[in-house]
Amino acid sequence: MATASTVELKIQRFDPERDNEPHWQTLTVPVEPMDRVLDVLTRAKELFDGSITFRRSCAHGVCGSDALLINGRNRLACKLRVEQLGKTITVAPLPGLPIVKDLVVDMDGFFEKYRSVQPYLVAAPVEGSGERLQSQEQRDRFDDTTKCILCAACTTSCPSFWAEPEYVGPAAIVNAHRFIFDSRDENAAARLDILSDEDGVWRCRTTFNCVEACPRGINITKAILEVSSAISTRE
Amino acid sequence: MSAGLRADTTHIDVDAIVVGAGGAGLWAALELAREGIPTAVLTKLYPTRSHTGAAQGGVCAALGNVEEDHWEWHMFDTIKGGDYLADQDAAEVLAREAIPAVIELERMGLPFNRTPDGKIDQRRFGGHTRNYGEGPVRRSCYAADRTGHMILQTLYQQCIKAGVKFYDEYHVVDLVFEGGEANEGGRCSGVVGYKISDGTMHVLRAKAVLLATGGYGRAWRVTSNAHSLTGDGMSLAWRHGVPLQDMEFYQFHPTGIVGIGILLSEAARGEGGYLLNNDGKRFMETYAPKLMELAPRDMISRAIYQEVREGRGIGGKDFIHLDVRHLGRKVIEEKLPDITDFARVYQGVEPISEPVPVQPTAHYAMGGVPTNLETEVLADARGNVVPGLFAAGEVACVSVHGANRLGTNSLVDLLVFGKRAGIRMAQICKSTPKPGSVQGAERAVRDELLALSTRPSGVRPAEIRRELAALMMDNVGVYRDEALLGAAVTGIAKLKGEYANVRVEDTGSVFNTDLLEARELGYLLDTAEATAVSAYARKESRGAHSREDFPERDDAKFLAHTLVWRGAAGAPASKIDYKPVTITKFEPKPRVY
Repeated sequence: MATASTVELKIQRFDPERDNEPHWQTLTVPVEPMDRVLDVLTRAKELFDGSITFRRSCAHGVCGSDALLINGRNRLACKLRVEQLGKTITVAPLPGLPIVKDLVVDMDGFFEKYRSVQPYLVAAPVEGSGERLQSQEQRDRFDDTTKCILCAACTTSCPSFWAEPEYVGPAAIVNAHRFIFDSRDENAAARLDILSDEDGVWRCRTTFNCVEACPRGINITKAILEVSSAISTRE
Repeated sequence: MSAGLRADTTHIDVDAIVVGAGGAGLWAALELAREGIPTAVLTKLYPTRSHTGAAQGGVCAALGNVEEDHWEWHMFDTIKGGDYLADQDAAEVLAREAIPAVIELERMGLPFNRTPDGKIDQRRFGGHTRNYGEGPVRRSCYAADRTGHMILQTLYQQCIKAGVKFYDEYHVVDLVFEGGEANEGGRCSGVVGYKISDGTMHVLRAKAVLLATGGYGRAWRVTSNAHSLTGDGMSLAWRHGVPLQDMEFYQFHPTGIVGIGILLSEAARGEGGYLLNNDGKRFMETYAPKLMELAPRDMISRAIYQEVREGRGIGGKDFIHLDVRHLGRKVIEEKLPDITDFARVYQGVEPISEPVPVQPTAHYAMGGVPTNLETEVLADARGNVVPGLFAAGEVACVSVHGANRLGTNSLVDLLVFGKRAGIRMAQICKSTPKPGSVQGAERAVRDELLALSTRPSGVRPAEIRRELAALMMDNVGVYRDEALLGAAVTGIAKLKGEYANVRVEDTGSVFNTDLLEARELGYLLDTAEATAVSAYARKESRGAHSREDFPERDDAKFLAHTLVWRGAAGAPASKIDYKPVTITKFEPKPRVY
């Protein structure tokens, strides 16, 4: 590889079949100008240590596989250019979820919470053969929250979630919002009920960590406030 | 047992198995759930990570919401776009059933952009025309430039609602057959899944197995495809005696980000974006004066190569410019937000004020596992079915795309044929007895995985993968000839030899991606071989297969689908057969735009 440049890559390692607790591994990895953190992790695995373990798929920020704690912030490794980070890159798994191995966390609980808010359209069958009508304005009402890729960067950046793992978390609320404010949906009341319980929206302390973490630029805190406001003002 | 595997095997009995949870797999699962068929969906990712989610521009259906349109026009465009290699009965199904499929997606909740009167909005897309080629038509239904994301989300949401049983992060590593392999009259009776989180083997028995595993873009160095797209379903079927069809037809999308291949959607051109050479000229005038930037992808990718060869690449280099500046900030930010973000993040280019450097990127397999219109996998050129085995989406070749796929038709394909797969599988499940015992079905693949992870020394998989990707890029790209393809066939055979000595470093049984990536490399080598061998044998130019030594289309010899079988016991593939193209409404004509 024709490159003079390198970075210090510090990776949190944990192999449940060998280790009692996580430890750090530091590698000097060659980099190229437009490299992203995912490229550096991949190169470290290919050149130095095949056992370095992380998830990846689309590699351009739309599938949500590679959300990681990178230099202290939750981000997608495939969307973060190395030149934005300086000479040392520290990579750890998303905080607050059980570690499976190295940078891989157990996502089952996260998806369970997503499913708990009934994240699907509930509406009476339509007559005729055409589509339902919806104005572009009605469509725009929930546009922001349709962008979510379920990467868990928001939920695992939330201090309320760290303190109370039963908290349904920002990602699930975002996906509830997507339906609560969809003019075609008829199930808002049930979702608002679910989110009004003690592990629902009231645990949000508006620290805005989620907004900062979201790789899709969703205004998550605004969405949570809109849901809590809908709960407060309903009959 | 360590070395990547645990000794225990779990047995699961269902009626239907869906392998892969992109659009095709999810819609099939939904139909099976509606019919009450006990079904298992296995995916090596979480369903929402599937690559359907990366599709950007839209899904075509002749709704006629913004201007006159007819499914016959869509059918014609699909056939002409595919350089007359598409089976016309299949293209008809695609164009007709696109309409109810899109309407059904809206009813499932998909947030399409809307017209002023509240209907699904539609925009232009490459190769989609009014009145059999007169000019561009607004046919692509879209949700900003994340249509695929919304399709994937919507179908997954509906699967949750329907209670579909998912096996997330289970890597399907083998198919199970009884009564012989596919070419011996055997029946597919299940799959072997490897649970990634703990290395246990799971043998699932079923009456119907759907391959919905997507394509194999990772065989090329510059690709728009996810790391997960390694040809798993195609290779596994091939290993069990199923032929692969039309593998020489692989699409290079004209507008990938330079060097890394991330896609900038055709939606940019659908909204009115220009392609410019180093002289600032819209060079498509020379190649497709009527459709210009909305010509089909194969023609634009070749045009870019020509411009570059003749020294009109930007700064004399191997890329050209995609220019959307004249569309204005509002259109760019509202209708093309994701690709604007891609240009900013991955190239440091601001599309509102600068043209974006682009080059062709390996994008889509027109070929794959041959099927009939009911998605049943075919064993030969005579149309004999492989009982129990189905395929839909990019992994399959029906063939609706022929020699070149039109933009958005990948989504149409996976919706229409994913749905058909579910319906047909449900019928089969109701009328077919369970297959016999699958005890011990995991042994062969267990031995193969153990060999990978216990070899004391050998080559790293990444080295072979890198060589393969470079070889495919250089020799099996946009332009081909006998020398390039011959060298590709030889080179792939050499890499297959080296693969026999590949070594995995990680010997654990928990989340061993080292082992699975080595396994995937084997699939890539298979699909690359099928591609190169088929391309070598097709001595004509058609659609995405462009032979410089045979520049003309040759309908007398090659108006036919290629079928290629895997060589026995590690020998190179040598058995090739051809089957006729189904022509119903449109006689082949020269293809000009």
